[in-house]
Amino acid sequence: MNTPAELKYSKSHEWVRMEGDEAVVGITDYAQDALGDLTYADTLQEGDELTVDGECGSLESVKAASDLFSPVAGKITAVNGELADAPELINSDPYGKGWIYRVKVTEVSPELLDAQAYDAHCASESH
Amino acid sequence: MAELLYTPLSRWHEEHGAKMAPFAGWYMPIQYEGILAEHKHTRECASVFDICHMGEFLVSGPDAMNRLMQAVSHSLANLAEGRCRYGFILNEKGGVLDDCIIYHLGPDSYMVVVNAACRDQDFAVLKERLTGLNVTDISDKTAKIDIQGPKAVEVMEKFLGEDLSGTGYFAFRYTTWRGHKLMVSRTGYTGELGYELYIDIDQAVALWEALLEDERVRPAGLGARDTLRMECGMALYGHELDTEHTPIEAGLGIMMKSEADYVGKKGLETVREKLLPLQLEGRRAPRHGDKVELDGKVVGSVTSGTFAPSLGYSIAFAWVSADAADAGAYNIATARASLPAKTVQLPFYKNGTARTKLAPKA
Repeated sequence: MNTPAELKYSKSHEWVRMEGDEAVVGITDYAQDALGDLTYADTLQEGDELTVDGECGSLESVKAASDLFSPVAGKITAVNGELADAPELINSDPYGKGWIYRVKVTEVSPELLDAQAYDAHCASESH
Repeated sequence: MAELLYTPLSRWHEEHGAKMAPFAGWYMPIQYEGILAEHKHTRECASVFDICHMGEFLVSGPDAMNRLMQAVSHSLANLAEGRCRYGFILNEKGGVLDDCIIYHLGPDSYMVVVNAACRDQDFAVLKERLTGLNVTDISDKTAKIDIQGPKAVEVMEKFLGEDLSGTGYFAFRYTTWRGHKLMVSRTGYTGELGYELYIDIDQAVALWEALLEDERVRPAGLGARDTLRMECGMALYGHELDTEHTPIEAGLGIMMKSEADYVGKKGLETVREKLLPLQLEGRRAPRHGDKVELDGKVVGSVTSGTFAPSLGYSIAFAWVSADAADAGAYNIATARASLPAKTVQLPFYKNGTARTKLAPKA
């Protein structure tokens, strides 16, 4: 399992990368592996407002479906348009080409975990 | 919950990185590298599937053919030795207790291959309906490995050193592999060319590993098996087939040619619901249990739904009440959306190679 040290993580398996006052958001390697091959990404649109822990779309795989929860509050400034035809980018490159939202952040969830704590969280979930 | 059952290959799957899960009481591989990759490899090349969980019974004895034709829906009178046929074990009202393939092994000698989840029930039912005949459950002694994909013939011909062109679709032959009797049946559950292989259970790992020595062959799990069978429009017991619906309602009337007065035959006249093959517009898939709506009214329920990897959109089966079954277009209410769906002809995926006629080798 790949958990980059420079990112922050939610217990619901989203990651956040802060870039100035913007955040890039996606789902973790652990989450994509658990869901299996993704077949559909239901995303919000540019300009939509996110709230901390608010539902912000869903992902469907061959065998499962899972809701997305926002680790930050703010306005969506970009949505990864490639996911519409190629949701498998989330499987192949969850922290890179599989990003989901870019957000102008007004608030970050105070409960985000660092990489080590997130790994421990995943270990506890899988047992 | 009863103890989880292990096939002779369960440990092998685990040791080779498969994601495992319980299925019909068995500890089975869901996927290796991924459902989509395994699906594609099966459509383009060849995959092996561990199907050891399924049940096999032998039926033989005086007048076995006629007796069996009273017990199941299969027409056996015109089934030649060396061939097999798909059909059903019905309850009194025509509902499906199980679907199964029956092999004609020899004079008044048959093998019945049933679903893992129904094995104990089926055995009890057949024992009862066939008193006086030899009905033996050989499931615990029998391994079943499927090899499926357009390259499966070339792979198997090389593997066995035999010309398999004489064994057509829904026919089988016996051969010997490393001194063990191997039954090679040209059947399957993927829509592709391929074989179902039956061998002594203690040979399962050896056969599996020997097949994988051919670099064209990769292991696949039940996840891909499900997307493959959906695309070619094959029913899965417990989803498209159950005790509350007849094979006619499930659109399988073409199978019901037996002239025998078999159990459940009278119930076939009633059609309350019809199983519809539905095509969705996009990638979003409905799931088992989602409601089918017509003009805002619930008229049915999804039995299976999936993204179809070889088609690029989603497909589903649904039970729809008979009076609404000709509408052609519906909405499916999923947990997250309302999805437009239209009725289509089976198979969903039309390029399967299963029925390919093989030319004899010069």
